[in-house]
Amino acid sequence: MPLYFRTLTELADQLAAKTITSTELTQAVIARTKAVDFQVKAFNSFDEADALSQAAASDTRRAAGQARGPLDGIPIGFKDVIAVAGQPLTASSKMLANFISPYDATVTQKLKQAGAVCWGRLNLDEFAMGSSTENSAFHTTRNPYDLERVPGGSSGGSAAALAAGEAIATLGSDTGGSIRQPAALCNVVGLKPTYGLVSRFGLIAFASSLDQIGPFTRTVEDSALLLRAIAGHDERDSTSFKTEIPDYRAALQEKPGPWRIGIPKEYFGEGLDPEVAAAVQKAVEYYKSIGCEIKDVSLPHTEYGVGVYYIIATAECSSNLARYDGVRYGHRSKEAKDILDVYFKSRAEGFGPEVKRRIILGTYVLSSGYYDAYYLRAQKVRTLIRNDFLEAYKSVDVILTPTSPTPAFKRGAKADPLAMYLCDVYTIGVNLAGLPGISVPCGFSRGGLPIGMQLIGQPFREADLLAVANAYDAPHAWGKKTPTL
Amino acid sequence: MNYEAVIGLEVHVQIKTHSKVFTRVAAGYGQPENTLTDPVVLALPGVLPVMNKAALDAIIKAGLLLGCEIAPICKWDRKNYFYPDSPKNYQISQYDQPICVGGRVEIELPGSARNVMGEHTHIALTRIHLEEDVGKLNHFAHDSLVDYNRAGTPLMEIVSEPVIRSAEEAYAYLTSLRATMIYGGISDCDMEKGQLRCDANISIRPVGETRLGTKVELKNLNSISFVRDGIEHEIKRQIAVVQSGGTIVQETRDYDGMTGTSQSLRTKEMAHDYRYFPDPDLMPVKVDAAWKARIQTECPELPFDKQRRFLTQYQIPYTLTSVLIWDRALANFFEQAAKLCGRPQAAANWIVNDLLRELSHAQVALADSKVTPAHIAELVALVDSGTVTNNAAKEVFVDMAATGDKPGVIVERKGLKAETNADELEGWCRESIAANPKALAEFKAGKESAINAFKGPVMKAAKGKANPKLVDETLHRLLAQA
Repeated sequence: MPLYFRTLTELADQLAAKTITSTELTQAVIARTKAVDFQVKAFNSFDEADALSQAAASDTRRAAGQARGPLDGIPIGFKDVIAVAGQPLTASSKMLANFISPYDATVTQKLKQAGAVCWGRLNLDEFAMGSSTENSAFHTTRNPYDLERVPGGSSGGSAAALAAGEAIATLGSDTGGSIRQPAALCNVVGLKPTYGLVSRFGLIAFASSLDQIGPFTRTVEDSALLLRAIAGHDERDSTSFKTEIPDYRAALQEKPGPWRIGIPKEYFGEGLDPEVAAAVQKAVEYYKSIGCEIKDVSLPHTEYGVGVYYIIATAECSSNLARYDGVRYGHRSKEAKDILDVYFKSRAEGFGPEVKRRIILGTYVLSSGYYDAYYLRAQKVRTLIRNDFLEAYKSVDVILTPTSPTPAFKRGAKADPLAMYLCDVYTIGVNLAGLPGISVPCGFSRGGLPIGMQLIGQPFREADLLAVANAYDAPHAWGKKTPTL
Repeated sequence: MNYEAVIGLEVHVQIKTHSKVFTRVAAGYGQPENTLTDPVVLALPGVLPVMNKAALDAIIKAGLLLGCEIAPICKWDRKNYFYPDSPKNYQISQYDQPICVGGRVEIELPGSARNVMGEHTHIALTRIHLEEDVGKLNHFAHDSLVDYNRAGTPLMEIVSEPVIRSAEEAYAYLTSLRATMIYGGISDCDMEKGQLRCDANISIRPVGETRLGTKVELKNLNSISFVRDGIEHEIKRQIAVVQSGGTIVQETRDYDGMTGTSQSLRTKEMAHDYRYFPDPDLMPVKVDAAWKARIQTECPELPFDKQRRFLTQYQIPYTLTSVLIWDRALANFFEQAAKLCGRPQAAANWIVNDLLRELSHAQVALADSKVTPAHIAELVALVDSGTVTNNAAKEVFVDMAATGDKPGVIVERKGLKAETNADELEGWCRESIAANPKALAEFKAGKESAINAFKGPVMKAAKGKANPKLVDETLHRLLAQA
């Protein structure tokens, strides 16, 4: 297996054993990226010299016996909404096409402290709004398993780059499924942590009460390793939670099960592709075979999820994106003659159609006279959705569902925004409830497209969630399969 | 028809904290443009606000000083509007759950004369909430530049009930409110630096009417006098409109204190829809009893309470107290001097008349004054003992304000010690009595104050150095024999 397709865990061991160097590994990843990214188009940009100098620094540390742990020297890609000082931070928007971040996100700082090589800026749907990466203002990322198909989104670049061997792990962000859905479509593991586990400082906000940063990896074990490095309270993010961060990787072994696994009937109804249903069912059978108790549960308010999500997320984004006004940084229209022009024309030129659609929707639902009917009511239903999950957790440890209703679809297949919104029907509830969710590869369609299942855990119990996920992933290891490019 | 005014004031007070309200960068005034900024202040992509606890402490203190109820839980809301001085294009503020509710400001209305205490009353408050200040726009011929140094400075908005009835009441309200904020160390309230800003909502109605008239908001009242003048101007304008058959339009007007005129900024039709909603980046704050109790221990005596105490404890005239109380440091200075010399009124006179004059001439703040309470006490004692005359003491004061030397040292240095050669003095007294038979007759007829007529010539003969106490005694003795 070439270096760039190995797991983070394997590479960490090999770096520790000094059978490879970070420079070799980073060079391999760079070469692979240069070889395949003209097809995959996962990257918005990368800084080869910077990556190699970080790798050299890692090798120097290791030679001096000062290696900082398993991530030291591992090239990790960043969704282009997470700030890395001195690197572009574009949100795949024309609005920020030339913006260079002067500061590091908290997760970036943590990864730098862990010695990771910060590698490349990964494409996404503009401002993380979309489920296919087709909304990027720059280019559409392709699914490495079928270049005519989308990688999912919004963290499509993060999923595709990892699947194609252009990074050893990547970071994404998940507001309504933006980590889990592309992970499922690209045959990688994608984790959305509990809201508040990972600092949002330095993450370009889409919907503040829903956004969370999380890892893309090839295995659940890798996910556990990377999560530990990025999780934890941050005094710069008031919504980050003060909680002890366990050694998630060690916990994989310490939590033997068997578990009670809930199957919510609302997630297996109309619109679910039969091949996805079959693959997920096989995973359920596997859990049963290792002694898990499979129980039917109900999440009765599931049907309101998409509606509630598009009120809350758009309301928050309409306010969050107000700062992109052409005044201090970012795109400013050359046509602007006065301040209103600066606002209207810069935003008209700088934002794409989906971003505009959501800003307008969000502005509307917050308007005087509509607030109670939309935003306030949506918040109440959001509480009901959360209560559904908490009720279910009285009788089960985790909940198992498909991640996406279908495998990867063809580019341009979902021109209708509503059809695109329904891609997230199984993932949105997790964000609304603030729960941790993980997508784990669970097979392929007859056409060779990856399929993922979603495991949903209880608040701040990522250790349990990862242990359940690992019990399936370790013996199956679908994520170690690689696409032909 | 007679009209009365109904006025409510919205006062913005900058809280004096080291750092800004949602980030660590320093807050301050007068620094080079855009130096007090960081990624949070500039609203760069990805940044988040974190509440400054010192700002919360300060607003809780303001609430306690003004008798507000402190909300057990308060939350933060976003007020959305586009303006280039607002980096996020929303302002973090408090909409429906302000931290301070109710409360009142004690005011004193003008008395019948300068030396008569006016009526005291209270202006009820609606609420006080915390928000962030915006940056500053500087307009030039072809463009405008923004300075974000001020952006993110913690700001309190203090909203009064519409219970103020006149420009004088508004003036008294602001004077008292400002002093309270300064006393509490909450703000320096320097209006020239924008640390205190005031908008007034003004309406008129026929006397006896209970419904409110259409209100006009008056903005940019940037000194307490301009508030008074602007309100007076607006009341007159509204009465004139109504009396000429017009109707008041709900609008915001800009008052120009220099020209004493106002012009419409925007009407209600152009009012913003701020689309308030809870800020998802900040957690609600719980203020428990222990927190309030801790702040309570830091609350100082308020100006009017101090005044009542000075009047009874030191028995000094109202006019002196009304100068001393508005500046907490000055009041403390007085109390120290009064305690050192045991002569409160003498100390107060020196402070109010001489110290303030000298400080003002030299443009020196009290904190930098070379005159200390000990200086005042020593000077009072020198006068009382007759060591210096009153006139000489005035000269000593000017000297010590400039040099900081002790009064006794200055008296020696300048040879100002009163003349005490008894024989010489008695001679001058005899000459003075002999030269003024009219005054002698009056004195003998029982007019005690006629004795003063003899003192001038004695002092003149003594070149101002006669011990006044001794002069008085000698004259009395001689007059009794005459």
